[in-house]
Order: sequence, then C-alpha cells, then structure tokens
Amino acid sequence: MISAPDVVAFTKEDEYEEEPYNEPALPEEYSVPLFPFASQGANPWSKLSGAKFSRDFILISEFSEQVGPQPLLTIPNDTKVFGNFDLNYFSLRIMSVDYQASFVGHPPGSAYPKLNFVEDSKVVLGDSKEGAFAYVHHLTLYDLEARGFVRPFCMAYISADQHKIMQQFQELSAEFSKASECLKTGNRKAFAGELEKKLKDLDYTRTVLHTETEIQKKANDKGFYSSQAIEKANELASVEKSIIEHQDLLRQIRSYPHRKLRGSSLCPRESEHIQDPPSQAATTSDPEESADTDHYACRPSYTPKLIKAKSTKCFDKKLKTLEELCDTEYFTQTLAQLRHIEHMFRGDLCYLLTSQIDRALLKQQHITSFLFEDLVEVSDRLAEKQESTVSKPHHYGPPSESPEDCLVPQVLISVGSYKSSVESVLIKMEQDLGDEASREAAVMESSSFDPQENLDYLEMDMKGSVSSGESIEVLGTEKPTSVLSKSESQSSLTVPLSPQVVRSKAVSHRTISGDSIEVLSTCPSEALIPDDFKASYPSAINEEESYAEGSQGAIHFQAGISPPEAGEAEEGSSGLALLQTDASCCIGREAGALLVPLSTPGHTLSDEDGVVSVPPQRYRQKDQGFHVDFSVENASPSSRDNSCEGFPAYELDPSHLLTSLDGSKTSLDDHSDATSYGSSVASTSSDRTPSSMPPAGPSSERHKKRAGQNALKFIRQYPFAHPAIYSLLSGRTLVVLGEEEAMVRKLVTALSIFVPGYGRHGKPVKHWLSSPLHITDFQKWKLIGLQRVASPASASALHALSRYSRYTSILDLDRKTLRCPLYRGTLVPRLADHRTHIRRGSTYFLHVQSMLAQLCAKAFLYTFCHHLHLPAHGGEAPELAASRQASFLQLTLGLVHEDVKVVRYLAELLRLHYTQERRGTSQPALRFDYVPSFLYKI
Amino acid sequence: MLRWLIGGGREPQGLAEKSPLQTIGEEQTQNPYTELLVLKAHHDIVRYLVQLDDSRFASAGDDGTVVVWNAQTGEKLLELNGHTQKITAIITLPCLETCEEKNQLILTASADRTVIEWDCDTGRQVQKVSCFQSTVKCLAVIQRLDVWLSGGNDLCVWNRKLDLLCQTSHLSDTGITALIEIPKNCVVAAVGKELIIFRLVAATEGSLGWDILEVKRLLDHQDNILSLVNVNDVSFVSGSHVGELIIWDTLGWTVQACERNFWDPSPQLDAQREIKLCQKPNDVSIHHLTWDEENVFVAVGRGLYVYNLPMKRVIACQKAAHDSSVLHVAKLPNRQVISCSEDGSVRIWELREKQQLSVEPAPTGFFNMWGFGRVNKQASHPAKKQQENATSCSLELIGDLIGHSSSVEMFLYFEDHGLVTCSADHLIILWKNGERESGLRSLKLFQKLEENGDLYLSV
Repeated sequence: MISAPDVVAFTKEDEYEEEPYNEPALPEEYSVPLFPFASQGANPWSKLSGAKFSRDFILISEFSEQVGPQPLLTIPNDTKVFGNFDLNYFSLRIMSVDYQASFVGHPPGSAYPKLNFVEDSKVVLGDSKEGAFAYVHHLTLYDLEARGFVRPFCMAYISADQHKIMQQFQELSAEFSKASECLKTGNRKAFAGELEKKLKDLDYTRTVLHTETEIQKKANDKGFYSSQAIEKANELASVEKSIIEHQDLLRQIRSYPHRKLRGSSLCPRESEHIQDPPSQAATTSDPEESADTDHYACRPSYTPKLIKAKSTKCFDKKLKTLEELCDTEYFTQTLAQLRHIEHMFRGDLCYLLTSQIDRALLKQQHITSFLFEDLVEVSDRLAEKQESTVSKPHHYGPPSESPEDCLVPQVLISVGSYKSSVESVLIKMEQDLGDEASREAAVMESSSFDPQENLDYLEMDMKGSVSSGESIEVLGTEKPTSVLSKSESQSSLTVPLSPQVVRSKAVSHRTISGDSIEVLSTCPSEALIPDDFKASYPSAINEEESYAEGSQGAIHFQAGISPPEAGEAEEGSSGLALLQTDASCCIGREAGALLVPLSTPGHTLSDEDGVVSVPPQRYRQKDQGFHVDFSVENASPSSRDNSCEGFPAYELDPSHLLTSLDGSKTSLDDHSDATSYGSSVASTSSDRTPSSMPPAGPSSERHKKRAGQNALKFIRQYPFAHPAIYSLLSGRTLVVLGEEEAMVRKLVTALSIFVPGYGRHGKPVKHWLSSPLHITDFQKWKLIGLQRVASPASASALHALSRYSRYTSILDLDRKTLRCPLYRGTLVPRLADHRTHIRRGSTYFLHVQSMLAQLCAKAFLYTFCHHLHLPAHGGEAPELAASRQASFLQLTLGLVHEDVKVVRYLAELLRLHYTQERRGTSQPALRFDYVPSFLYKI
Repeated sequence: MLRWLIGGGREPQGLAEKSPLQTIGEEQTQNPYTELLVLKAHHDIVRYLVQLDDSRFASAGDDGTVVVWNAQTGEKLLELNGHTQKITAIITLPCLETCEEKNQLILTASADRTVIEWDCDTGRQVQKVSCFQSTVKCLAVIQRLDVWLSGGNDLCVWNRKLDLLCQTSHLSDTGITALIEIPKNCVVAAVGKELIIFRLVAATEGSLGWDILEVKRLLDHQDNILSLVNVNDVSFVSGSHVGELIIWDTLGWTVQACERNFWDPSPQLDAQREIKLCQKPNDVSIHHLTWDEENVFVAVGRGLYVYNLPMKRVIACQKAAHDSSVLHVAKLPNRQVISCSEDGSVRIWELREKQQLSVEPAPTGFFNMWGFGRVNKQASHPAKKQQENATSCSLELIGDLIGHSSSVEMFLYFEDHGLVTCSADHLIILWKNGERESGLRSLKLFQKLEENGDLYLSV
C-alpha cells in the first residue's frame, strides 16, 4: 500500500529556470551548449544536474522492523562514489514506496499463516532534491523471526540521469531480476532450513512438555488440575499449534520449486490459495533446484533446543543480516551479479545506447562479423548471449519479454503525466484477470497498458498536460506484457528500432513541478509501436515532424522510426542538451558503421555510399539461427535473376520504405546532416570517451583510437597506401620491413584494422618477426612486421623475401618503398582517402569499420547468392556460372578491377568460416595470384 | 635446408654463362596452382610420397614415420610409427581380388633393416619382418605371382603373408638400387654398374618351392645405374650417373638404343667445358626417368630431356631447367611435364611442337630490383636456340611453384586435388587449383545450407 506521499520541498526551482537549454543561436548542428557545471571542474558526463554522487551506484536497503528504512550496502562500496549523498534519506524514499508490504500471517478466513510468494516490484523513482533517479527493485525475503515472516528489501540503481534509468529500464529490470532471484532462492533455502530447525525445537519442546505434564498428572491424583498443570497443558497446546503452523509453512516454502516444475505457473494451486506469481517462477538454475530439494530432505543433524513459552520481544533480538538470510553462497553470487550490473551500466546513456545498438546490430551480422570486428568483443557477446539464453526461461513468462529483447535499446514511450494514480489502477482493474488483478489492484501501483489505452494517453500527452504539482505520479507497470498476446508482441518485434536520441521535446508542453516523488514505471515500448504506426498515431507523427522541422535537426537524424520518446523533459536534466549533441554524433558514426552491413541487399545495391539509414529489420535476438535463415532466405531468391526481386518490396523500395516507416522521411534528410556532422564536427568532439567505461572498454577503445590515428597518419604520409591496403584486403601478406621495432609495430597495429580475420583465431597479424620468413608464415599471417638487420643474417631474410615475393607485398619503412601489385579499384580510395577530413583516430576507425562492414555485406551477398555459384541446370557449363559471378560483382555490386578480388577473397573466408565444423582448426589455404608487382616510391 | 640459397648464390658466377636458367615472371597465366596448403608432420627430410587411392596419399622420410594424408583437405589421417631409422623404400601392396578386406596396405622398408606392412585404413601395423642382413633399398610387387621382392645386398622373394620364399646369394655391398619386373617372370635389378636379370620360378607341385635364378648380367653402363623404369611391354630404360640412357629390349635383354651425349648435345662445345662437365658427372647424372606412350622424360643433371622412342632421339630439351639437380619428373595427361629439383622449386613445362620463334623468357622484375638478380642469365640465349634447332619440340616453362625452402624430393600428382610436393625442409605442400577449390567450397556451402534447411530455391 502506498502511504501518504513524501512531500519534499521544491528547492531547486531557480536552477531549472536557468537552464541554458533551448536557445540555439547558431544553426543547431553547430551549437554545443556550454556545460553548466563545467566550473565545478567535473567532466560533463560525470555529473548531471548537480547530483551529489560522482557516478551511478547500487544501493541495497532494508525496511527494518526495528529501525525503519536503512541502507545496507552500496556497490561499489566506495564512499567516494556516493560522496555526501544521503543514503539514509534515500533509503527512506525508496523504501517508502514499497507497495507490496505484503501481509503475511493470518489472512482472514485462513487458519494458518500463509506465505505470500510476492512478486518483485520495479519502479522508477526520482528525487530531484538529491538529483538522483533510481530504478528500485523491491523484494521480500522470509525470516522466521521477522514480523509476518517477511523482511522487505530493495535494490536500487541510482543515477543522476533519469533518461538513463528510463531507457535502460528493461535491461535494469532483467538484470536486477536475476539478482533478486538469486537472493530469493538462497533465502528460500535458508528459510526452509530455519523452519526445520524450529520444527525440531518445537517437537523437542512438545516432548519435554508432554513428559512434564505426565509427571504432574501422576504426581497429582486428586482429579483436578492445578493451575500449573493447566498452564502446562496450554503451553503444550500452543506448541502443538505452532508445530502445525510451521509444518504448513515448510510445506509452502518447499512447494515453491514444485510449482515451477509443474510448468503452468499461471494457474494457482488448488490446495493452497496462494497467489501464483508468474514472473517469479524462476530460480537461478535447475540443478540448484534439485539440490535445494535434496537440501530440504536431508538437513545435517541438529540438536533441538527447548523453546521458551514466552518468546522474546522482537525488538530485543538482533535481526539476521542479509547474508544470513540468504545463505552465504547465494549472497556472494548476488553481489557478483550486482557488481556486474554496475559495470554493465557504467557510463552515460548515449554510450550505453550506442554500445547496445552496436551489439544488437553486430549480432545480426554474425556471419560476417568475424572478418573485421573485434574478436574479443564478439566472443564477449557470444558468451553474453549464451548466458542470456541459459537464463532465458527464468525470466518472464511471456516469451516476448526475454532479456534478449531487452538488449535492444527500448524506445520509451512518452508516458505523459497522469493526473492521479487512481486512473491507472482503474485501468489495471479492467485488464487484469482473476487473482492477479485483485492482488495487483490491491497493490495499486502497477498498471498495464495495452496499445489502445496508450494511444489515449499519448494523445492526452500531446495536448500537453499540466499535472498537479505535488503528487505521486505512478506511470506504467512492472509487468506489462502479461496482457499482450503473443502475436502482438511478435509483430511488434519486427518494428525497426533505431538509435534513440533522447530529446527533451516536451519542455514547452509540460509544466510539471517535478519535485515530488515520481514513480515512473515503464512498460515495454514494443507494445506501443505497432506496425501501422502512422495510422494509429497520427498525432504522434505530426508532433514528430513538426518537431523535426524545428531546431534539432542534427540530433534528430534517426528519430524517424522512433515513437515519441520517453524521458519527457525531466526538469532536472540541465546537461541534457549537451548530452544530446554528443549522443547524436556518436550515434551518427555508429549508425554509419553498423547500419550499412545490416541493410538489406536492395539497399546495398542501390546506394552508393551505403549510409542511408535503412533500419535494421529483424530484431529478434533470441535465436541467431533465425537470423541466418532469414538472411539466406532473402539472399537466395534474390539471385534468381540479377535483380533482387526476391526481397520483400518494402526492403527494396526506398519510397515504400519512407511511407511505411513514416517518420524516416524526415530522418533521411536529417541523416545526411548527421553523417557529415559526424565526420566533421564530431571528429573533434566525439573522441572524448565517457568518463567511466565498461572494463573492457578503455583498453580496446584506446587501442582502436591509436590504431585509427596511426592508420590515418599512414594514409596521409604514404601515397601508396592504397595498394598496401588493397594487399591486406585481398589476403596478400604485407610485410612491413623496418629496423626500428617500435615503428614497425606501430604501423602493423595501425594496418591491422584492414586485415580480415579468419575466425576464432584472431587476426592473422604478426607484429614483429626477426627470423627469416618461411612459407608457413604466409599461410599463417597476413600482416607481418619484419626486422631488417644489418648483418649476414638479414641477407638470408631478404633472400627469403625475394624468393617468396609472389606471396607478399613488401613495405619498406626505411626506404619508404612498397612493392606490391597494382591497384585500380575505387573501394580503397574511399576507405583511405588521404584528403579525408577525419582527424580523430577513433572516428577514422569507425569510418573504416563502416566501410568494411559494407564490404562484408557485399561479400555476404556474393557468397550466399546461390544462382551465382550453382549451375542453373545440370548441363550448364562452368563458364556460364563464372560469367554470372563476374557480372554480379561488376554490375550489381558495382565493383571494378581489383575490388573484385577483395570481395572474392572475403567470400572465400566466409565460405570457409561457414562450412568449417566447430572443431575446425585448420588454417585456410594460402591463396595467391600470379600477378606482377610494382615498386612504389615516395 | 638452405641449399637453394647457396645454389642461388653460386649459380650466377659459375654456371650462368654456360646454361641460362629459363625463368618466368610473376605473371603466370597458365599456372593453375593458386592455392597452397602446408602440411607439417615430419621432423626430417620427407623423401617419399605414395598414392593410396583417389584422395589419400602417404608420405615417408628420414624420421622413420609414415603419415597418411587426405589429399583434398590436407588433413592428417594417420601417423604410422614403427621404424626406428629412416625409411628407404615404400610401396603399396595392391589388395587381392579375392581378398575380403579391402584395406589399403603398404610396405615400408627402413634403414633399421626391417620391413613393415601397414594397414592404411586403421593405422595398424599388420606385420613386421626383421630378418634382413642389410638395409632394403628397393621394393617391388609382382602382382601376377602375388609376391613381393625386397632388394638390399641380396634379393628376397616374399609372399603376402610375409614368408620368405627364396633369396639370392649376396650380390654386392652397394646393394640393389632399382628393381623392376619384366615379362616372363623376370625381374631386373640394378646393382652398381650392372643390370642383373633374375627369373622367378614359382612353386609347383613337383618342385620344392620358389626359386630365383640369375639369368643374365648386362654390363653396358659405364657408371652406377641410378634409375630404371619399365617403359612398355617391349622395352625398359635405365639411366646412369654419367648420363647414359639405354633402352633395352625386355624379351631379348639387348640394347635397343643408347643415348650417351646428354652433356654434349651440340658439337660447338669447347674442350674446356667438356672437361669441366666430366669433372662434374653430377651434372649429367640421370636421377629420374618417366615415360608416356612414345617419349621418355629424363632428368639429366639440371636439365630435362625428352627422348622419343620411335625416333630414337632427343626431341626436346631444357638444359638448365633448374638451378640444381632435377630429382623427379612426371608427365601429366595434358602434355605438361612437371619437374622438381634440389633448388627447391617445382616447374611446370609444356611440351610444344617446335615453333619457328622461340619465346623470349620473361624478365624477372623482382630479382633485378632487389639487387641480387642474375643479370647475365640471358647472355647465351642464342646458343640455346641453336642447339634446340636440332629438336622438333620444345619444353616451355609455364609456371613454377615456389614454396619449399629446400630440395624438393618428390611430388605426386592427383587429377582431382592437385599436386603434392615433399621436401627436405620437412614440409609437404599441397598445391591446388584455387579456382576449382573455390567452386568446391561454394558447393559445400550450399550443401550445408541445404542440410540446415536454409536454402530456398524457388521453383
């Protein structure tokens, strides 16, 4: 139950009015708003709106029955992180909205206390006084000694950036659910053990009392009972009752896993009228489950104690710690998970979003990604994927809400303001069914949307709502998909998502005084983005367009397919404008890099630059096989004749694309701006990496940056960079010959971004070699840094080089010469333009990545178009297939001269990779051409 | 290991004027081998390759191990360990028609004076004979009689069960270097300078058992006989260390033709050079012979000669086919000849009908550029032309395969899989036709797609 709202004085009004928010004097794409807190010496990403803590952290609090809300621990456990942030105060805030204070004990009409397997609640909460916003995950743990056997806890992810919380709600929720499940599983185990001990105690007590009573009976033959005897008898009776109660509790707690095993978690048990929470049907893993049952069955021997008739007052005893409550093993596991969460969500929102998009898009091109993508990341992601698939069934009942889906950045709905919580409760009542509804209605905080109702809200929002100042705003629900049918959610999954730029569009619309507790729970966006978006959301589109025509072009470049944004111009985020600018340039680059390979072939064929923002079509991350199949399916029919008629029309026809994806009309225009922006302006500004990054981040990011920088230098410095890069792309080993190891290493590292990988083994790059080359080296390495020594030994090394000259291109760093085959294509000049305006290493790296991804897409098409490679009929001459291939490469893919060889080589690698069995350890054969080489000099 | 280096370094001073090495540039349009796979399993010189079936071959060498490979994928299938010293001979034992198991068997002889019979499908060591007095240097199978012969210091005849049927007395300390079968149950063994003809007498009901009788000794060679092949039903050919090539009649064991002047194909050679050649008999020694219907292809020193049997003369020659001794020659069905040499290279030649204009050798860009090229290699080109006028065909270099860093000992040609070369650098290289391999991989890809149910062919 929600108690009376905590009303906090609105203290920072002035600050909000001062926000340098929306006054673009310059054309929008050039305006970079000043960071208002720059004077505090902080970097813009670390502090938003004057939060009192330096970065995000996780807080675990408890509503103690003895002392009230209290913080238990923070992750990271470092006072520097939360600084002077008032943890006690914030614990009070977050615990005070715990609606589920689930009453356990003797429900009316029941003889025994009932355990309520309550669902966790997930809410978003804002506290503008502290400048903190939090995702709050409430859970209850069982404790035999606690009041009502329950101890309410909550885990909160606290960030200064509300948008981050809102946009990452799904991910946060998924991750915290894991942690919560872990805690609860451990707790159930511990609780069962506790109960067993208690039962043994009680049993022992009963025996003792019984014997005492018997003795007294014998001692007293008078036929009437002394008061002492009566007391004993009462005591005995109460012990008996207690035993029955505890047995019942034990049965209940033990019944938990069985329910899960029964599968249909939605139907309540007949025997016990316990609410069956669908979302809770999860424990960490099945083996543990069975271990649990075993554990219940055979407890270690325990010496029972006599239980005093009068139990001590609960205030006198010490409550169990969280660790005691949950079994140390599970507790540490939970802490690990929380630390993982903290890592996962480090950095600012646009970084998170970008990397999520990056990841999501990368998954789509998993067939080709081994070629140029960073292998570490890929494997990371693979592991992550496996992890998530393993844990998939443990999450939400409805399949549409698996964590994989959550990995895709969710577009948040502009859930407007609601006048009161009552409304949502009413809705809730309408939608939900049976037990669940009644329970949740009682809980009164969740509401579930269906699209229709959302529409209403949206429209309402569009009009601009003025909300009452001081109230709790309860928005959204914790478990929205429960009312979505599967098909609905499926279809909505195909709705393209695009990098979302957080916008604060509603500043003018809303005059919320936000300084109350705002409980902004979200519901998954897909519910709100039906395919026929335009039809159902006319107002939204209008708004969208007018908005796009407004001032924020550069920022908005991708917003076409985005439904109205969530985030909703929260008052507190004064640094938002800046954040947006940065986000746009980051996303611009990223999108350039990543959308291209994903885009469908039709797009690739038609589009010269490959940067039209065709939205990725498929977002089901659940099984990758699905993607493959789909891609192949698409690719294959397309090959029937040299066109791509096999593709669905909407994928091919840009105009259709525009109409069907409505908003992209504007986004396309904006996009061009954004890319140019990304390459010019962003190149100066985007290199600032977020203040804190995921653990793998800094090194690899720095590495990329440096590699990009050096590659850029190489391109500028050497006029023959093109043939050198061509050598790398076409699989001809490039030997970088030099005396100075550091120089060679540097260049090799830089050039390695152009080397296609073989697969699992990483990039075939040898940074430094001082022994003479051998034929196996060329099979193994595609880029070799070779030491030039002024000694007889070097003569043999040079001999080897000359002998194997047909397999190598040789870049002599000391003499500044390059010996390699001629290159006349058009691909490398675009990839490595020495007059490029790109100045930043990381920008250039991303540019290269995007170009290479585009190239990979071509190679993919070429590889998987079966009509190119298979004979059309039995007796067809192989020459015909060869000519088909040539014409496809030249006409359809638009490749000229040596570019064809590049694609052929990549196709070869793709074939090998695809056909290779898992065990495949063999290196690909060394392929070479008998082509003359030329000597280039500066 | 670095013999090719030494050879390459020495060659320009010593031999360049005399016999220019024909070279080919980096552009080799007719060379189909654009893919290679390095196979590494041996720890010493790999000397022998033997084809087991359409897709497998075995390699053996000085490390005493035999390795069975898949010729398509380059996968190492089996490693047969049993010999303690280097392997001196290897031969496949054709399976009997009647035999139930069709497992491929091979026989290997080693310097540890044993012969082992292996099952190449299971890797099992079937049987081992270790009663030899000397190292077995050659093996031969006479399928007609279902026996096999081992030649060391003496000649032994064995049956399939590895029972010794009979043996000759001690022949020579140098031992038998080559052994071939000729009609009338006879075998020819090359022992030093002599060719000895033996007749095998099979066991009949009346006789005591198998017997082997020396029938004739042929003493026409001046020096050690290095190679001996059975060309056709009517003739066999032997070649010696001093460049004598003798064609023999298989029935009468008489000399049909003799070619002794490989070192002297043109009369203009001056005396000094002749002496030089005589001082280096290695330059004309016949290391290997191969044949087709009408020609015998002879590796003479560094050169390659084509001897026409009907015309009884050399019809084409390439005096300096390689930088150093040619070790193995093979004729491909498409008029191509492949040779490999101690210089570590493999060259592909095409036998062409003589044209009026001989093709100018393509200049080599790289060697010149890097400063250690053979500047004067074309100096005596006109001379070569002149001498080739005598022949009616020419061997044109259409490609070379460079990969080994040491002498290429032998190679094996697979119609479907390409070329396998083995070398003293312990490596085996599988040379493949890149285009065909690419097509095959593509087919495999679509096959896999189809298996996975991902291939959608519209009807």
